[in-house]
Amino acid sequence: MKVRVKFFAILRERAGTSEAAKEMAEGSTVADLWRQLQKDYPKLDVPGIRLLYAVNQDYVGVDHKLKDQDEVVFVPPVSGG
Amino acid sequence: MFHVTNQPIDLDGLVRFVADPEAGAVATFIGTTRNNNEGRKVMALDYEGYAEMAEKELRRIGEDAKTKWPICRMAITHRLGPVQIGEASVIIAVSSAHRDAAFAACRFAIEEIKKTVPIWKKEVFEGGEVWIGTQTGQRLDPS
Repeated sequence: MKVRVKFFAILRERAGTSEAAKEMAEGSTVADLWRQLQKDYPKLDVPGIRLLYAVNQDYVGVDHKLKDQDEVVFVPPVSGG
Repeated sequence: MFHVTNQPIDLDGLVRFVADPEAGAVATFIGTTRNNNEGRKVMALDYEGYAEMAEKELRRIGEDAKTKWPICRMAITHRLGPVQIGEASVIIAVSSAHRDAAFAACRFAIEEIKKTVPIWKKEVFEGGEVWIGTQTGQRLDPS
């Protein structure tokens, strides 16, 4: 299956891109995807960063199972307002 | 009305939107960009957002507020892109029959925005720039 990843803020800068498409094994979780992405983009590993996870614009847990064509965003600490 | 925009926010537009014949109060909150932070002289702020999800989260905040207080209408607009010092980065407007609910819902909305809405602020200060991360209280220096 293929998932789409969008990067924002510090993670966009670290990845050097705002989007990526990733081929993942069926049954992969958000955590699996994050591990794969850290291999593709070693700079994504920001020490001490606490991420939230969003799939198709909803927050999910790190064990959430991905589906084909999901849009996944790793949400660095938000700072709106 | 729950929006993100790259344009200056129209306070009057939000106040008009929440106008309601049942309302005896309209409370507004305006978040503005400050020229200093933790001893640094701030030149400008640059907001980045996951726009579709940010608007969805703003709507969720509005729905939550309605379950907590008897409010009539709520509107929130958050600015994205570069925002000059002194300009509004976010405006919230709430109407209700009596003032307590409007004040409380307004306060609730800004606190929730700072916790869950996927918007990030980069502070450009004299000598550098930094992504502000209020979720953890830590600052993350881009490399």
